[in-house]
Amino acid sequence: MPRPIGRELLRVQVNGEERELLVRPYATLLEVLREELRLSGTKHGCELGECGACTVLVDGLPQLSCLLLPAQVEGAAITTIEGLADGAALHAVQRAFVERGGLQCGYCTPGMVLAAKALLDANPTPTRQEIKEALAGNLCRCTGYASILDAVEEAARLLS
Amino acid sequence: MLRLPPCSYLRPGSVDEAAELLAEHGETAMLVAGGTDLVPKMKRGQMEPELLIGLGHLAELRAVTETEEGGFEIGAGVTLAAVSGSPRLAAAYPAYTRAAALVSSPALRNVGTIGGNLCVDTRCNYYDMSFEWRQACGFCMKKDGDICRVAPASKRCRAIASSDTAPAAIALGASVVLAGPGGRRREVPVDDLYRDDGQYFLAMAADEIVQSLRLPPAGSWGSAYVKVRRRGTIDFPLAGVAVALRRSGLLVEDCRIVLTAVGSRPFDVSPAAGPLLGRELTAEVLAGADDLLAEVANEAAKVAKPLDNADLHYVWRKQMTRRAVEQAIVEAASCLPAPGGPA
Amino acid sequence: MRRAGELHVVGRALPRVEAAAKVTGSIAYADDIELPGMLSCKLLRSHHAYARIISVDTSAARAMPGVVAVITGHDLPVKYGIMPTCEDELALEHEKVRFVGDPVAAVAAVNEETALAACRAIRVDYEPLEAVGSIEQALVPPDDEPIHDYAGPANVHRLAALEFGDVDAGFAKAAHVREDVFFFEGNTHLPMEQHSATAQVVGGKVTLWSSTQDPHYVHRALSKVLGLPMGELRVVAAPHGGGFGGKCDPFSHEIAVCKLALMTGRPVKCTLTREEVFYTHRGRHPVLMWVRTGVDDDGRILAMHFRSALDGGAYGSYGPASTLYTGALQTTTYAIPAYRFEGVRVFTNKAPCGPKRGHGTPQPRFALEVHLDKLAGELGLDPVELRRRNYVKPFTRTVNWLRITSCGLSEVTDRVLEASGYEQRLRRPGHGMGFAVSSYMCGAGLPIYWNRLPHSECVLNVGRGGVTLLSGATEIGQGSDTVLATIVAEELGLGPGDIRLVTGDTGLTPVDLGSYSSRVTFMAGNAAREAGAKMRALLVKAVAEKEGCAAGEVRVAGGRIGVMSFEEAALLAEERFGTLSTRGSYTPPEGIGGRYKGAGVGPSPAYSYSAAVVDLDADERSGEIRVNKVWLGHDIGRSINELAARGQVEGGVYMGLGEALMEAQAYRDGLLRQPSMLDYKSLTFLDMPEVETILVETVDPEGPYGAKEVGQGPLLPVIPAVVSALHDALGVWVDEVPITPDKVVRVLSARSKGKEPRYGPKGFPEVPYPALVKVAPPDAATASL
Ligand SMILES: Cc1cc2nc3c(=O)[nH]c(=O)nc-3n(C[C@H](O)[C@H](O)[C@H](O)COP(=O)(O)OP(=O)(O)OC[C@H]3O[C@@H](n4cnc5c(N)ncnc54)[C@H](O)[C@@H]3O)c2cc1C
Ligand code: SF4
Ligand code: FES
Ligand code: FES
Repeated sequence: MPRPIGRELLRVQVNGEERELLVRPYATLLEVLREELRLSGTKHGCELGECGACTVLVDGLPQLSCLLLPAQVEGAAITTIEGLADGAALHAVQRAFVERGGLQCGYCTPGMVLAAKALLDANPTPTRQEIKEALAGNLCRCTGYASILDAVEEAARLLS
Repeated sequence: MLRLPPCSYLRPGSVDEAAELLAEHGETAMLVAGGTDLVPKMKRGQMEPELLIGLGHLAELRAVTETEEGGFEIGAGVTLAAVSGSPRLAAAYPAYTRAAALVSSPALRNVGTIGGNLCVDTRCNYYDMSFEWRQACGFCMKKDGDICRVAPASKRCRAIASSDTAPAAIALGASVVLAGPGGRRREVPVDDLYRDDGQYFLAMAADEIVQSLRLPPAGSWGSAYVKVRRRGTIDFPLAGVAVALRRSGLLVEDCRIVLTAVGSRPFDVSPAAGPLLGRELTAEVLAGADDLLAEVANEAAKVAKPLDNADLHYVWRKQMTRRAVEQAIVEAASCLPAPGGPA
Repeated sequence: MRRAGELHVVGRALPRVEAAAKVTGSIAYADDIELPGMLSCKLLRSHHAYARIISVDTSAARAMPGVVAVITGHDLPVKYGIMPTCEDELALEHEKVRFVGDPVAAVAAVNEETALAACRAIRVDYEPLEAVGSIEQALVPPDDEPIHDYAGPANVHRLAALEFGDVDAGFAKAAHVREDVFFFEGNTHLPMEQHSATAQVVGGKVTLWSSTQDPHYVHRALSKVLGLPMGELRVVAAPHGGGFGGKCDPFSHEIAVCKLALMTGRPVKCTLTREEVFYTHRGRHPVLMWVRTGVDDDGRILAMHFRSALDGGAYGSYGPASTLYTGALQTTTYAIPAYRFEGVRVFTNKAPCGPKRGHGTPQPRFALEVHLDKLAGELGLDPVELRRRNYVKPFTRTVNWLRITSCGLSEVTDRVLEASGYEQRLRRPGHGMGFAVSSYMCGAGLPIYWNRLPHSECVLNVGRGGVTLLSGATEIGQGSDTVLATIVAEELGLGPGDIRLVTGDTGLTPVDLGSYSSRVTFMAGNAAREAGAKMRALLVKAVAEKEGCAAGEVRVAGGRIGVMSFEEAALLAEERFGTLSTRGSYTPPEGIGGRYKGAGVGPSPAYSYSAAVVDLDADERSGEIRVNKVWLGHDIGRSINELAARGQVEGGVYMGLGEALMEAQAYRDGLLRQPSMLDYKSLTFLDMPEVETILVETVDPEGPYGAKEVGQGPLLPVIPAVVSALHDALGVWVDEVPITPDKVVRVLSARSKGKEPRYGPKGFPEVPYPALVKVAPPDAATASL
């Protein structure tokens, strides 16, 4: 039997809301988001850092929630896919994915959309190559990536 | 979902405190910086620390400063993204920043640190597998077993050194500052961090921490890193070559060549560059005339003894090592300061 | 049939109907389902490739705090399998394990960690048996016992031997005969979503939510294994994170959660890890192929003989169909007057293979197209010209009795050649272009088990202004919801977003065989169209009566039925006719295939056609290949939604390139070499070239609005086109996919040593084929429809 390890306090801001949670120190952010906060929009395809499906923004930067421990995000501001739209109004990146068909099964989409948002925040007019490089860690098995690139380009236009 | 086995996490207040904790807890504890290497390995049961000593929050590990002599000191906790995105560093140490930029994927580089990258575990496709897979295969000497699966006659583990930045750091003549308990500090060349043993690949003491990486002044060195891998991203190196070159006038004065992913440690094979010394790197030479580059590459790749414990055929990996050496020399030459420029 | 100009929403590039739910993270995939009191389930899997189970001791697991139930094979002793002829699977094995990863026990516990720890505490005593690792080994008598006792000889699962027309006579007449051997390594679907299933029992009735592509077949298997009438079981296909054929079989975890939910009275969920997804597999079979073709002086095919040997892995799955598919569709692109096919599928101790995008046809398509390239080279003929001379004609019947209707083969060829500049290409070292064509089915002509139900049924309800379509089809990312909504919207003069969909739910929706064999657009689409047209007629009739005009004068478009809004018209019609509910169903027509044994595989109400040109650069020293661009022309009949259609083409090209260049499910000593997303190589953003999609609309006479499939076909020509382009670039043949750089370097160094510039299998093994079943080809009258 593994020795019991107590829960510890985690303070984070998730999608703009301050959260104080008691979590297992070895539960990854992915587990905390999906299982403690019931934010199931964050997906998982490997839990080993190999697919990008679990991407969330930590202080604005795309990071893999399946590899992050609670202590690493203490005090950080986290954005998940649920936090992107402004109420019922989709974020420009989301709108562009809808309009350009940047998704099929949609399973890679939350990670893609967030990685794209972080890119556009840092670089509002990326080239196609820059988009590819920024999203390179996010695998998609459905789209062949082309429509995702179109969507990110469209989002850049919508945002400018 | 794959999960971590239970373990505790401590956030020491300083590097010194971290070293004290390491000393105190011995084998049951491990350092974790970004966790991008450690977390997947723990999920697969390859490492089973009871205690994680976190470094990520320590501001003292996150500074990049210019040294008095004109080089740079980079804190071990600086992320790969920060290094690869720094124009100052890229101008001075292209091999190093390029290597950092080629590690895994963007989201990982936002978390993975340069210290963690220097200490990244060696790899082997009999070992980087889940507990269940390894159980099915039979455990090996690196974890839970007693023989080597890929080379059963081998007395040591032949897992592959896979850090991208280590060869670049070595080629650039960098050193690391190691912090031990009781405020102990020592500086060692990066090359001395490693042992040619897949299991015990780090030469530092169990209670030491990489505090920073010191890069000497770039001077008139040109450098490059070439990584062989299957895909444009995510993949570990199947071979990696860092080259640093310096000229005197038009003639090559010094050339360092360091290989990664061809054995259990990075190999400094600079003597192989002998035939280049005193020669001019003309366009013809760089295009393969006189077979000069090929001669250097053949000699340099001699240490490479790939085994069937990584992706693709090992003969191909050896061949590609040669080619990557040539390519790295060409690329390093292309970023040399113009002759007569700043020495 | 209404003409294009009269269509309002069909064919437009409108957003997918479920897109907003997907970009906001609000859609709940199977693993997102959370029920009160839910338990977590984990499966214990074999770590032997082949072994007899001596005993299973679950006592330690049961004693662990937090463990609620533990089951083994004894709790689920009924065999099942997707095909009635090879029901050879147990949800949990209790006698023998047949591959590393074969499930032997299942635990339900308060959380996943406890379930996993309990699995590890189960003691299984095994007696290892000599594992079978290759096709060759499977063909000789085993050291121990055969993997299954229902087939044979040796570890042969299935044999097929068919001849259409007089092949020997054809070869005797031929001016040139050529033979080649090819190998296609197995690969897997790698859906981004790992399979997940949750079961709940309420009032004795079981509901299963699962990431399945065909709830109907899961429903049947559950009923059989659990011994419950189908009426007490409900299977819901949860929103789906990618299938590609990998979620078409009933699986152990689906059955186990139902059993555990029945035992514990609590909801139970099981989500596979990525590694378990690799074991669950049912992916592309490794296939060894031999082909011989005889042509006349003009390059016209006189006879073809095709042999395939499939490495099936440990279980039957779709195997008998897979075997026949490796021989069935050669004739749908080329008019082959005499054709012999011999196939064999063997059992090996590996994860079971099954259907993956293009089921059984990408392998022979690769072999056939490359073989024709070589034949053209030998004849000094342009490879495109050789193909053109042999193209099938529209509205004909093939030698193996497949009915060809609309066929845009020539058009797709012309269009990709023109767009790519293939014929005018400039020569530069290391650069090459390759061309290939293919064809695929729009739904299998027959169901997987014999029954007379319609293949697709729909119910359309209108009330209180709302429109709800109930269809058993399953949205797996391919766009089926959007297609069905668009069709209903077209009929009712609405927008696709106005249609509410209830799909893939055996408790609520009428029967549909599921999302496989590219059948949804054609079959469910036709059913939806019928239901829509009937509803439209009711609405129009009500309005026409009220307005005192002829039905033909009532225009249905833009949310209006004649002078009324849709809502007013719906109210009026409901007052007039009562509950507004219409139905549609689709059954493929009779006579689209032959009547011989094995004729069930291949017939389809229509075939799509694709042509690809691949442009690449190959590095002589490293063997590395950079694909610059792919042009893909596809005869889609009619595109229902252009955005979705293009997405399918791009995704198909992507997957084809992955299979051509890197994807491989390969083994070393019975163990998977790459059971992770890092080690199983799939193309990333940085590896994927530009794709130019050219949709050709031939307007099929039987497809809804003339539509045909686009989900699978576009993958097929990409693989041979890559091989061909590599030959164009470097002058070497790699007759084995994936073409990894080490293979290219090996063939180049062989050439430099004066050896044959070819990498690939050396020969084809001796196979104990049965006597040929000789089938007379259709007579001339039947052959031209
Ligand atoms: C999918 C994937 C792909 C990857 N691809 C690559 C690749 O291409 N190239 C590559 O080089 N790496 C790769 N990595 C490995 C890893 O992400 C990087 O090496 C990263 O830089 C590790 O840094 P970290 O801070 O996350 O290390 P951690 O995981 O925190 O630590 C790694 C090891 O170093 C030790 N350690 C960390 N910091 C220190 C310190 N300051 N002093 C002493 N010991 C320390 C830890 O105890 C641990 O043993 C990949 C990982 C994944 C999951
Ligand atoms: S090299 Fe040998 S001992 Fe080392 S990890 Fe691989 S199999 Fe194990
Ligand atoms: S689930 Fe985190 S990278 Fe795959
Ligand atoms: S849309 Fe299905 S994985 Fe990207």
